[in-house]
Amino acid sequence: MLSHVHAMQNYKGYVNSLETFGLVDGPGVRFVVFLQGCFMRCKYCHNPETWKLQEDCQEYDAQTLFNKAYRYRTYWGDHCEKGGITVSGGEPLLQMDFLIEFFTLCKQKGVSTTIDTAGQPFNRDPEWLAKFDKLLSLTDYIMLDLKAFNKDLHKKVTGWENDNILDMAKYVSDKGVKLWIRHVLVPGLTDQEDELVNMREFISTLKTVERVEILPYHTLGLVKWMNLNIYYPLQDTPTPTEEEVERAKKLIGAFVK
Amino acid sequence: MKNSEKWNEFSGSLWREEVNVRDFIQNNYTPYDGDESFLAGPTEATQKLYDKLQKLQKEERAKGGVLECDTEIVSSITSHKPGYIDESLKDLEKVVGLQTDKPLKRAFMPFGGIKMAEEAASLYGYTPNPEFHKIFTEYHKTHNQGVYDAYTPEMRLARKAHIITGLPDTYGRGRIVGDYRRVALYGIDNLIAEKQKDFNNIGDGTMTDDVIRLREEVADQIKALKAMKVMAASYGFDISQPATNAREAFQWLYFGYLAAIKTQNGAAMSVGRISTFLDIYIQKDLEKGVLTESEAQELVDHMVMKFRMVKFARITSYNELFSGDPVWATLEVAGMGQDGRSMVTKNDFRFLHTLENMGPSPEPNLTVLYTKRLPEAFRKYSAHISITTSSIQYENDDVMRPVWSDDYSICCCVSATQTGKEMQFFGARANLAKALLYAINGGKDEGLIPGTQVGPEYAPITSEYLNYDEVMHKYLLQLDWLAGLYVNILNLIHYMHDKYYYEAAELALIDTDVKRTFATGIAGFSHVVDSLSAIKYAKVKVVRDEATGLASDFVIEGDFPRYGNDDDRADKIAVDLLKTFIDMVKKHHTYRNAEPTTSILTITSNVVYGKATGALPDGRKAKAPFAPGANPAYGAEQNGLLASLNSVAKLPYTWALDGISNTQTINPSALGHDAQERVNNLVSVMDGYFAQGAHHLNVNVFGTEKLIDAMEHPEKEEYQNFTIRVSGYAVKFIDLTREQQLDVISRTCHAKL
Repeated sequence: MLSHVHAMQNYKGYVNSLETFGLVDGPGVRFVVFLQGCFMRCKYCHNPETWKLQEDCQEYDAQTLFNKAYRYRTYWGDHCEKGGITVSGGEPLLQMDFLIEFFTLCKQKGVSTTIDTAGQPFNRDPEWLAKFDKLLSLTDYIMLDLKAFNKDLHKKVTGWENDNILDMAKYVSDKGVKLWIRHVLVPGLTDQEDELVNMREFISTLKTVERVEILPYHTLGLVKWMNLNIYYPLQDTPTPTEEEVERAKKLIGAFVK
Repeated sequence: MKNSEKWNEFSGSLWREEVNVRDFIQNNYTPYDGDESFLAGPTEATQKLYDKLQKLQKEERAKGGVLECDTEIVSSITSHKPGYIDESLKDLEKVVGLQTDKPLKRAFMPFGGIKMAEEAASLYGYTPNPEFHKIFTEYHKTHNQGVYDAYTPEMRLARKAHIITGLPDTYGRGRIVGDYRRVALYGIDNLIAEKQKDFNNIGDGTMTDDVIRLREEVADQIKALKAMKVMAASYGFDISQPATNAREAFQWLYFGYLAAIKTQNGAAMSVGRISTFLDIYIQKDLEKGVLTESEAQELVDHMVMKFRMVKFARITSYNELFSGDPVWATLEVAGMGQDGRSMVTKNDFRFLHTLENMGPSPEPNLTVLYTKRLPEAFRKYSAHISITTSSIQYENDDVMRPVWSDDYSICCCVSATQTGKEMQFFGARANLAKALLYAINGGKDEGLIPGTQVGPEYAPITSEYLNYDEVMHKYLLQLDWLAGLYVNILNLIHYMHDKYYYEAAELALIDTDVKRTFATGIAGFSHVVDSLSAIKYAKVKVVRDEATGLASDFVIEGDFPRYGNDDDRADKIAVDLLKTFIDMVKKHHTYRNAEPTTSILTITSNVVYGKATGALPDGRKAKAPFAPGANPAYGAEQNGLLASLNSVAKLPYTWALDGISNTQTINPSALGHDAQERVNNLVSVMDGYFAQGAHHLNVNVFGTEKLIDAMEHPEKEEYQNFTIRVSGYAVKFIDLTREQQLDVISRTCHAKL
């Protein structure tokens, strides 16, 4: 059994960037750490600069990063649900050793923790799962970005299938960790009725979901693809209209608990 | 003091013995910690009057910004016959009184400077009576003439180069807040009697300069008080005695303010901290059943309507500095009392509610004296008003109260002053960024008068790469010169202002033994900080103009920490710069022994200052606008809004008691998923920022798209009252010059991907 006091190994965290003012990345005002590295290649990714592993990024040890984040505690509030720290990416679950150390420090100071993940690294390998369990014990919210429900569509959108991702949703739910489910709505790609309805049915089987959100596709990330000289596959895709977003919200059963 | 039977229903004793409004408030106000559900909408009268006013404002804009200028009357407290928003609707006006005989008609005010008064009128096609020219050049000297008679060549040159600019040497200095509440609480007769007592006690009979001057000033104050009675009588009111009900209290107080704006055209003509005071009268009337909530709101709406109508005739160069026709009719709500009670009353809600009843508006400059200890419902309501109107600003009561006690007002954009006890010598600002270039160029100007020796002729820097120690050494020499010259220009200006354009009406409502502050200011702050950081942490190469030898540009090699990222390396430079400058200012003698303070506050003048300043070592190009106030430079912020706020919060308020202004814009979609979340999040931001000892925050909530659309389509109905906060005040966006609109748009809008 893993000891509750985690011995600090001084794992390095590979950080792409920091945002001190995240207001839609978990409850309240949050310090968001964008970690470097992701295996998925979502067609609409708005952070393609975070794809490569351990490249073009800053290295932090957990204590230094925590000290930096903790400077913002006065903004995290006590008149409503408390804000705190969110790790996003990139794919945070690729750096679990680091995250365990980082979140351990958070929990020592009572700071709320959220992981914004697409779930791609999840698997049932015992060693991996032991780490994930440890991390979950230090995590208040998992924000799970479901790119698609249908396996083939998921592969089309991200390059990866999603059996393990759906499995992860169930696993997290069974562990009793609160879930926010998010879905990026891309017209003509991830907006089919059956997709959204199937997703809704799947979500309804989960026990800890506090929110279901539609994130309308936007083109603000496009310039980053150009800067990185990567061909952007959604050149002519429009952003969804308000009506399309409302329709999708109904179909997927968007709600806030 | 003569006791009045009109005071029988109030508590407390000290305020009956001496003029002491604070004591009256503390003994009589009713704190309110509930929410906004009690508020009433606009009455029919309010709607009719406000419709009329909006029509007039539209006409005013169509005529190029000025509806009408007076050409025949020199403005004084009693100069004009009564005026109303609309003759046919005058019975609907619950608070009456205009600056002239007609709404939005601008008075002729020559005492600050006849040339300015004439130029302002002619700018809009009006020709003042030529007799006035003769009177104010041949028979009577103006403030402006006095200043220019005494200026040294060095002072004129510094002014011309814009290393010191925005000086109040052609118009009223403003920033003096009469305690207008005194008119309501005491009535004019009591105030005259008290001033007469003071007058009799000035000096021991030895006629020194000080004694003679003060006797003359108090005599003028008494005359002004008498004139206020005459003015009020012309509107059918006798204000010699204390107000007996809410409506009278509002009216009496407003007459006090009206006397001020009829006689002074100061850049800032603040109203002061009146909300809690007026609530006492409303509360009494509500309890007695002689006033309804709707009628109470109507009083507030009608008074605020008057504050929205204050106008002065200005010249082009003034409008460039302070765009959008502002008057800084600054009015405060909230704050805490020394005894720990919140000073939020229902009236504080009512004043904010005017922005819902009559739509967004830049005036009055509504200011929330904020602390986390204010009732939660009020903090949330303020946040809601910010999100929906972008019309209010926040200032930290927890840093101001220890310095100014719990009855201070904001006398300009952000500067605190003890109500009724203090006045301020307004001093515009010195261009510290230009001074840095003077250090490099040996005191020669690089901007408006290139090559001219303006600063001291110290050896210029001749090396290819800038050396931090050398630059600092030379910079301190130039700064020291600048601080000394600056203080002395202000000494001269304020001497002349007292002599030729004394604020008798405002000072009649302030203690005779007035305390004075001496408000210097800093422009170009963040650019100096980043420049010094670049020189220290990166390599900065000087590009010199071949003909003049002046530094014309800089090439930065490598990265350097920038102010606005919560990075102590850069932020420490900022803190040190502030301390260095205020210490230099403090070395000098100040006129009437005023207490020197400084501010980091530029208003919209950041554009004009930038225009006069060459390229800087932080990468800012020549003539580009400065960042406003204490804001980090455009594009410097790499870690989001809170990192930027944390950097600004490190500047100690006690070293910049005149204020540290910070303006931020947040995209609504980035502030939260829904209205409730946005309110909660904005409250969290302000709680967090002010808990660190920060001083001020202007909050705008809108997206860049809205600004661009408003710039391209100013005719759209939805933009007629679209108000935004800029450094230190609010302004209707469509009233800004295009240059300033572009400047606002280009600033960081905090919207995360």
